[in-house]
Amino acid sequence: MPALPLASAKRHTSKRVYPPKPAQVYLFGTCLADTLFPQSGLDAIELLERQGLEVLFPQGQSCCGQPAYNSGYEDEARVVARHQIKQFPLDIPIVVISGSCGGMLRHHYLDMLKHDNDLEVAAFCERIFEFTEFLTCVLEVKLQDQGAPERVALHTSCAARREMDVHITGKALLEQLGQVELVEHDYISECCGFGGTFAVKHGDISGAMVQDKVKHLLATDAVRYVSADWGCMMNINGALEYQQEAFRGEHIASYLLRRTRGDNA
Amino acid sequence: MNTRANTIATDGSKYEASARQFRGNVARDLANPQLRENFRGAMDYLTDKRRQAFPSEDELETLRRKCQLIKQRCLLKLPELLEQLESKLEQNGIQVHWAETTAEANTIIAELIQRKNGTKVVKGKSMVSEETALNDHLQAQGIECLETDMGEYIVQMAGEHPSHIIMPAIHQNKSQVADLFAHNIPGFDYTTDVDTLIRTGRQALRDKFCHADVGVTGVNFAVAETGTLCLVENEGNGRMVSTVPEMHIAITGIEKVVELLDDVPPLLSLLTRSATGQIISTYFNMITHPRREGEKDGPKEVHLVLLDNGRSQAFADEELRQTLQCIRCGACMNHCPVYTRIGGHAYGTVYPGPIGKIVSPHMLGLEATKDLPTASSLCGACGEVCPVKIPIPKILLRLRKESVKAKGEPLVVKGQGCNRKPLEAGIWKLWSRLNTSPVIYAIAMWLASRGRWLTPAKAGAWTRVRTLPKPARRPLRELVKQREQRREGQ
Repeated sequence: MPALPLASAKRHTSKRVYPPKPAQVYLFGTCLADTLFPQSGLDAIELLERQGLEVLFPQGQSCCGQPAYNSGYEDEARVVARHQIKQFPLDIPIVVISGSCGGMLRHHYLDMLKHDNDLEVAAFCERIFEFTEFLTCVLEVKLQDQGAPERVALHTSCAARREMDVHITGKALLEQLGQVELVEHDYISECCGFGGTFAVKHGDISGAMVQDKVKHLLATDAVRYVSADWGCMMNINGALEYQQEAFRGEHIASYLLRRTRGDNA
Repeated sequence: MNTRANTIATDGSKYEASARQFRGNVARDLANPQLRENFRGAMDYLTDKRRQAFPSEDELETLRRKCQLIKQRCLLKLPELLEQLESKLEQNGIQVHWAETTAEANTIIAELIQRKNGTKVVKGKSMVSEETALNDHLQAQGIECLETDMGEYIVQMAGEHPSHIIMPAIHQNKSQVADLFAHNIPGFDYTTDVDTLIRTGRQALRDKFCHADVGVTGVNFAVAETGTLCLVENEGNGRMVSTVPEMHIAITGIEKVVELLDDVPPLLSLLTRSATGQIISTYFNMITHPRREGEKDGPKEVHLVLLDNGRSQAFADEELRQTLQCIRCGACMNHCPVYTRIGGHAYGTVYPGPIGKIVSPHMLGLEATKDLPTASSLCGACGEVCPVKIPIPKILLRLRKESVKAKGEPLVVKGQGCNRKPLEAGIWKLWSRLNTSPVIYAIAMWLASRGRWLTPAKAGAWTRVRTLPKPARRPLRELVKQREQRREGQ
């Protein structure tokens, strides 16, 4: 039954040739999940392990460098990028649980480190997979929904959509859940207004954007929204909490694990 | 007597001051619900029209790639093509003038008009003439200068500037336009019917075309191979302006030159579809020479003013040069979540939206425009729709880099380094140390999690509309370690 979404997901990400299922993977936890939202990291590990993979989490990893890079401080970002590359020495996939960090690691490292050893950098970037992309296109997971019927919305980050070209894979995973109905909110492809330091440097524009995003999500009859990017979720959930709304976003790793494990929080 | 000329610059430099007001403008326009509604509605309409004009994703991609390559080829040969264009145009009887600055362009145009003893000018739509503030300059010289594009006509009547490069009056709705006409057009029978409003405007303009001494227009493509000036428009006013008066002066930026006549059809096809969703514009004018002997109409003199105004600075850098690929369709602003919310005037620049953010620093210097490159979430919507594939987000990043560059680096962009603050630079240095030494990082994580109760309730702009999350009780790295240890113990 899930053949169709899977097939279309593969077609949409056909810019890339996917490797066969590996025995081991690295997890790039991202600094946001590490500091603020660790449960999603643990849930991602559990989901990957259930697929029979061994998940390695190098303790030396830190931030991908995006905050400095996006602020124009490329030299500072570059040393951080070189440091990350050293933390993942084995030739196995690196799964990233946030789309924008994935975009940074996969695409911007190539630009930023073009004067370094090209082959080493290119090989590293080639090993980067966004979490939903990896589940869909490399593992080709088959999910068994154990949860009660419910409606959810999906927020795909701009990075997943436009940099990683993987906005279709999150959808494909949710569509595998038999009891979950995916509802589409208005302006679904529009940015939530996070943009890292943009949210602080231009707080009023960013604020107007997130207020609209919240309005469109609340206008659906979904019970929650799901996303694979903590940057957006920190922004959207923060605005929801500020407005004293009970509606929240949940990381897709936690959501998939919960649905397929059968516990309904 | 016009005393404005003494207080306000009558060339492009006047935008330096308004660009500096960006933050204030943003606060003002975000707080205007009518304005925000007008922009949202108009942008939804335009993005929808564009979507319908490109039914095939594959065709769109092929055409974008093709047009990107055309513009890149033309830019690669820019100096030669400009020379070829000049000699072809002059062979055809069109006189070419070069202007490095906006003030020079205005002086050239004013002198041409005065040589003809002209006092009445009608204008077709031209963003480059907005760039030079030509209307202000000519009015200061006592020359009447009337905009004839309906949107520009409205904007001029309101004493404003265009808020969009294709739809200059998009910030106004029909009842606002009706109010404006009621105040300014004698005998106007109040209505908000759009067709009647347009008809009223057209009637008021009709007479002006016939009595004007000079017509001024922009140029969409200047073809070097044949010496042809191409003008894309929908209202026929461009044709009137370029054919009825005795003299036609066209003004454009140096990047508008294309090598071959064959380059035009694909570019035109992408331009109109990206801009308004039209398969082709209502009018497409190709101007190759003045009125020839025996011909009954057409201007007796045709001039082209080619303006640099910072473009050669962008041209000198391989990455920034891509800025000049722009064919001014406006799709980037139509799809921009920032533009949709703050509108075109907030930018304070002639060109608003994503393209405005990357082109204005070359025209006005990075110092006056330093808030523009950072006013983007880098969502990538602009780059995704750009018909000539300008990597706008990447160029925004590049300009951010230029604006925090340390002193003493070779000059690339005028005003580079203007946004470098010692405190911010220091913070990023520290951040970089933290993220490259696992021991310090682990200690920082330990401190953040144990000191989570110290998280402030207020954190600047962030908490004006959001709450600030607290660090988790234990960071992911510790939880993973515990998990691994538990497993080993089992």
